[in-house]
Amino acid sequence: MSEVFLLKRKKLDSLKKMRDSFSGKEEIMECPKCREKMARQVLAMKKFICPECGHYYAVSARERIELICDTDSFREMDAGLKTRNPIKFPGYRKKLELMRNRTGLEDAVVTGIGKIEGEKVAIGVLDSSFLMGSMGTVVGERITRLAETARRKKLPLVIFSASGGARMQEGLFSLMQMAKTAAAVETFKNTGGLFISVLTNPTTGGVSASFASLGDIMIAEPEALICFAGPRVIQQTIGQELPEGFQRAEFLLEHGMLDMVVKRQDMKSILAKIIRIHSGGKSVK
Amino acid sequence: MEENKVLTPYDRVQIARMKNRPTVSDYIEALFDDFMELKGDRLGAEDASILGGIALFRGMPVTVIGHRKGRTTEDNIKYNFGMTSPEGYRKAVRLMKQAEKFKRPVITFVDTPGAYPGIEAETNGQSVAIAESIAKTITLKVPVITIITGEGSSGGALAISAGDSVWMLENAVYSILSPEGFAAIVWKDAKRAAEACDIMKITAGELLEYGLIDGIIPEGKQTLSAMRKMLFAELARLSRLSEQALVAERYRKYRHIEGEYAPSL
Repeated sequence: MSEVFLLKRKKLDSLKKMRDSFSGKEEIMECPKCREKMARQVLAMKKFICPECGHYYAVSARERIELICDTDSFREMDAGLKTRNPIKFPGYRKKLELMRNRTGLEDAVVTGIGKIEGEKVAIGVLDSSFLMGSMGTVVGERITRLAETARRKKLPLVIFSASGGARMQEGLFSLMQMAKTAAAVETFKNTGGLFISVLTNPTTGGVSASFASLGDIMIAEPEALICFAGPRVIQQTIGQELPEGFQRAEFLLEHGMLDMVVKRQDMKSILAKIIRIHSGGKSVK
Repeated sequence: MEENKVLTPYDRVQIARMKNRPTVSDYIEALFDDFMELKGDRLGAEDASILGGIALFRGMPVTVIGHRKGRTTEDNIKYNFGMTSPEGYRKAVRLMKQAEKFKRPVITFVDTPGAYPGIEAETNGQSVAIAESIAKTITLKVPVITIITGEGSSGGALAISAGDSVWMLENAVYSILSPEGFAAIVWKDAKRAAEACDIMKITAGELLEYGLIDGIIPEGKQTLSAMRKMLFAELARLSRLSEQALVAERYRKYRHIEGEYAPSL
C-alpha cells in the first residue's frame, strides 16, 4: 500500500518538475473563483489578482512586504521569537513545527522596518496561512515591539492584518495579547504617532477587536471579510439569512467603520500619500 | 472550601453561570453607597447589558461599570443575557472618560458569555467598539480595579477587564472564549465543552498561578467582606501613584503579562 502511494507520489513529483521546467516556475495556483491556472511567479507580477476574474488571492506576509516596500528596503526585526506553549496545549508544538515547515515562517506575523516610496515605516504583516493568522504570544509580542520601535524611532506604523482572531492554543494568554497590543498602539498614537491599519481578508475576532481596529486611518482591501463574530456564528445564533455583502469591506465602509477601501494595485501609492501628508510641513507656504 | 477541591473546571463553569448567582446590581448595593445609574452612549442608544454609574465607596467617589445579567427570563431578555453590543461598550467608554475628568477610580464587574453576535451589533461596529473600550481602559489616567464575578468570556469581557488589579471570585471563570465556542473551533464540536475546560486554564486558581490575575475572592459568607477589604487596599495603593506612574505601571503589567511564558529566542 505504502509503496503504491510512494510510486504515485514519485510520479506526481516528476510530473510537477516537468511542468515547472516548462514554465520555469515552482508552483501552479488555481483561482478558487474562475479556476484559471497560473504559475505563482506570474501571479506575483499581477499582485496576486487573478487576471481573468479579478479575484484577490491571499498574499503571504513576505509577498505582501515585496508588494508594499521598496526593493530590498525591508529589515526584519525580532525574528526567531518562539512561543513557550503556555497552557501546554496538546499537539501544539507539533502543529507549529508543521506550520513552520509549510510556510517558512516562525509564526503568523513578520515585522520590521522598510520604506514605502522612500518613506521609512515600521511595518507588520500577518499571514493567514500560518494557523489562520491567529494571535498568540509571539504575534502579540512582535506587534507590541513594532509599535514601541515606531514610537522610539518616530516612524509611521503600518500593519496589514489577516487573521482568524486570538489563538485558541494559548488560552487566556492570547486574550491578553489583545490588551497588550491595544496598549502598545494606543500609547504610540497618544505620543503623536501615525498608525495606518490595513485590513485584508479575513480580519476577525480578537485581532479585529484590538490593534487592527485602532488605526488613525482604517483601510481595507476590496471584499475583505472584517468582523468580530464570523458569519457562521451569527447565523447559528439568529437562525436567519445574512444580508448581501454583510461584513465585507464595502459594507463596513458604508456603515462608517473604514476610511477607504483601496485596490491592491493602488495600496502602495495611497499609503505613501497618507504618510507624506503626515510628515509634511505644518504651515502654509 | 473543602468540597471545592474536587470541583472540575467545568463544574465551576456551571456554578459561574447559575441563575441565582449574585449579579452586578447585588454587588453594587452591598458594597457602595448612593449609587446612581448613568445611561446611554450619547450616540443614539442605551444598551442595558452594561450597568454603569457613580457611587461612593467609604466616602470615596467611584465609577462602576459591569455586565448585567438578570435572575428572571424577563430581565435576562432586557439585559440580553449579559451579551453586550457596541452601544454598551461605547457607554462604558463614555463613563470611563467621565471618571477620568473627575478623577474617580473605576471599578468594573465582569460577567458575560461574550459580546453579542448579531447582525446589528456587527453592523454598528462591534470590533471597533471593543477595541476602543480595551484601549480606553488600558490607558485610563485613574485606577481601574476589575472583579470577574461569573463568566469572563472573550473580547466581550476584556473590553472592561484590563484593569490595574484584576480579581476573580473563587468559582468565576475567565477565558479566551466560552468553552463551547472553544470546542467548536478546535474540534468542530461544541459538545466537547467539558473537555475543553480541562485544557483551557480558566479557573481562578490556575490563572493566579500564571500571574494573569492578581487575586482570588473566596465565595461564601466572607465574599463581601473580602471584596471590601480588597477594594479598600487596592484603591489606597493605586491612589498613591501619580497619574503618570499609574499609567506606566499598567502598561508594564500588560507588556509583560506572560511572565515566564513570554516568547523567547
